[in-house]
Amino acid sequence: MNASPHVALFATCITDTMKPSVPIATVKLLERLGCRVSYPERQTCCGQIMTNTGYWDEAVPTVRNYVRSFEDYDYIVAPSGSCVGSVREQHPMLARHAGDAGLERDATAAASRTYELSEFLVDVLGVTDVGAYFPHRVTYHPPCHSVRIAKVGDRPLRLLREVRGIDLIDLPKAEECCGFGGTFSVKNPDVSIAMASDKARHVRTTGAEYLVAGDHACLMNIGGVLHRGRSGVKTIHLAEILAATEEDAR
Amino acid sequence: MNRRTPEPGSWLGIPEFPRAAKASLQDAEQRKNLTHATTTIRAKRVVRASEVPEWEELRTAAAQIKDRVARHLEQYLLQAEEAMTAAGVTVHWARDAADANRIVADIAKAKGVDEVVKIKSMVTQEIDLNEYLEAEGIAAWETDLAELIVQLGHDLPSHILVPAIHRNRSEVREIFKEEMGRYGRPAPEPISDEPSELAEAARLHLREKFLRSKMAVSGGNFIVADTGTLVIVESEGNGRMCLTLPETLVSVVGIEKVLPTLEDLEVFLKLLPRSSTGERMNPYTSMWTGVTPGDGPQDLHVVLLDNGRTNVLADPDGRAALRCIRCSACLNICPVYERVGGHAYGSPYPGPIGAILGPQLRGMGDANTRALPFASTLCGACNDVCPVRIPFTDILVHLRHKAVEHKTAKHPTGEQLLMKGAGWVMKDGRNLASVQLGTRFAGRVLRGKSLGPMPIPLASRWLQARDVEAPPTQTFRQWWKDEHEGGAK
Repeated sequence: MNASPHVALFATCITDTMKPSVPIATVKLLERLGCRVSYPERQTCCGQIMTNTGYWDEAVPTVRNYVRSFEDYDYIVAPSGSCVGSVREQHPMLARHAGDAGLERDATAAASRTYELSEFLVDVLGVTDVGAYFPHRVTYHPPCHSVRIAKVGDRPLRLLREVRGIDLIDLPKAEECCGFGGTFSVKNPDVSIAMASDKARHVRTTGAEYLVAGDHACLMNIGGVLHRGRSGVKTIHLAEILAATEEDAR
Repeated sequence: MNRRTPEPGSWLGIPEFPRAAKASLQDAEQRKNLTHATTTIRAKRVVRASEVPEWEELRTAAAQIKDRVARHLEQYLLQAEEAMTAAGVTVHWARDAADANRIVADIAKAKGVDEVVKIKSMVTQEIDLNEYLEAEGIAAWETDLAELIVQLGHDLPSHILVPAIHRNRSEVREIFKEEMGRYGRPAPEPISDEPSELAEAARLHLREKFLRSKMAVSGGNFIVADTGTLVIVESEGNGRMCLTLPETLVSVVGIEKVLPTLEDLEVFLKLLPRSSTGERMNPYTSMWTGVTPGDGPQDLHVVLLDNGRTNVLADPDGRAALRCIRCSACLNICPVYERVGGHAYGSPYPGPIGAILGPQLRGMGDANTRALPFASTLCGACNDVCPVRIPFTDILVHLRHKAVEHKTAKHPTGEQLLMKGAGWVMKDGRNLASVQLGTRFAGRVLRGKSLGPMPIPLASRWLQARDVEAPPTQTFRQWWKDEHEGGAK
């Protein structure tokens, strides 16, 4: 690895549109760690919402667009285990569905250059102490797709443990899904709410000020319930904690 | 004509999964029972799996053996038929449920029996054998404790391994007190809800049926092709009774249950009990190869059942579902199953395996079956516990695609329009940017207010329990532009 790797940020459609503080924090963090960051403006989405709802033909153009957006970059980094999981596991499958061997080859290659943020920090940059400062009581929810599809393991926790000032509390039944599941939350709203409510209850028992995760979608789901219940627990993305410094706190 | 056995519940009245699930969620007692049971068994499985250093290799071996069987199914089935026939077993082939049911009833009639004892079997639930026999004047008595609870409770099974998982012991006591006397020996009086007393009541009730019955019906966990050996694993010893006392034994077995050799069986006997009941070793493992004169049933029949399995086999992206050894680990770990229970899945196969097997066995013809692949958050917990490495989430997404193709083949749907719209937006960054003009405008109108409950179609399903932050007035794309004039640096 050279001294200042050139990283293309995959902002993901949901945080680009709904929660820009997440990709902004990712940029600040990566630049602070010496990376050169680009944002290919052609990029959009991993296509997961179409793929997982069964609309594969509609998802294929997003695969083509992803491949073209990031073809010039050795490192593609996204602040989402779910989107990275989709790029790795579903893009080659969608290319096969389209009967396009060239696209399958390119999608597989792009997937091999795609990293979830904690993977890039720990595996490529080789850091767990990113110089962050966050003097708050925090509990971590491991998003299903980052654990079971992207397989980031305990990297987010290893990064969080090095954050100065943090008081990290274990979340009961942490590995259990929060019930979001993309369109599942609309197609099976009652089951989804039952799961999200249980997750929110577990979060409240920790007494944490912040719930942190590496995927905004889970935070939106659990946070929505926490907010409705006036629990006072705030949600925050992993990138935002890792980007926070003592200067920010002043 | 009066019924001989308790009238069971009916799958037919159960609505589509989302509505059935809503009803189940409101059953607080059932939710408590399920959470307790699944939490206990999950913890046991983790301990037992972690004791085996080569656990992951065993899972891979099991998946590979099952895949080899699927690739050469015809060869192994013919080999099994030859070996079983040579050992004195009468082998029958059944294309579907109607075939299999008729074969079993014909054997009973030929033997002149009007009742049979049964070992717990998923396949006879799948073909609804008991009700067919009832209509033919033959009483089928379930002898597995949980199946007995379901049968006496006029109920439906809700779990593959523990069909009465939705019942607690005080409910079981009521069922035994109320119903046992109507169908045989009544429960002792008085009876408490102590498990030992309930088990004793079942033992006494069943004993007279074991001793009286001339014919037994079983499923089969495995058939070893090269020896023609049938294998049944069970936990209560009721299977042993059924397999040794009656003169006639009919085993209905899905065609995917065949294994090449006894050596292959070893892999599965290690995986199955640890995955299923969280035990190191299965309590009662029965293996028999044909008729042994003077010992056990003297008239053995095996019914090899297709009933949609060759359709599953024909789909390369779905066929891994046929690896299933009915352990229930996917049910026990599933957060959706834990909250909803088994009945909402509308068939004897609930949970993740039901969501991928049901639509493949039955086809996508009815809306209830098409809803099943969507009854999952795709959290992937099932993938990780499956002893035969079934890629549940991949198959669920594959079946969603098939369900959508089925739905949109005749006429376009509203959802299809939405997804086509999303497809257009996500095709290019410029399209997304133009849509973001709208979200930024909404952000300016809402000025940071969060959205609460409101009667907007679809959105209301989300907002009924969750607040949503207003969209920001500046997207990341815009922020980047402002920071780096001239685009990508």
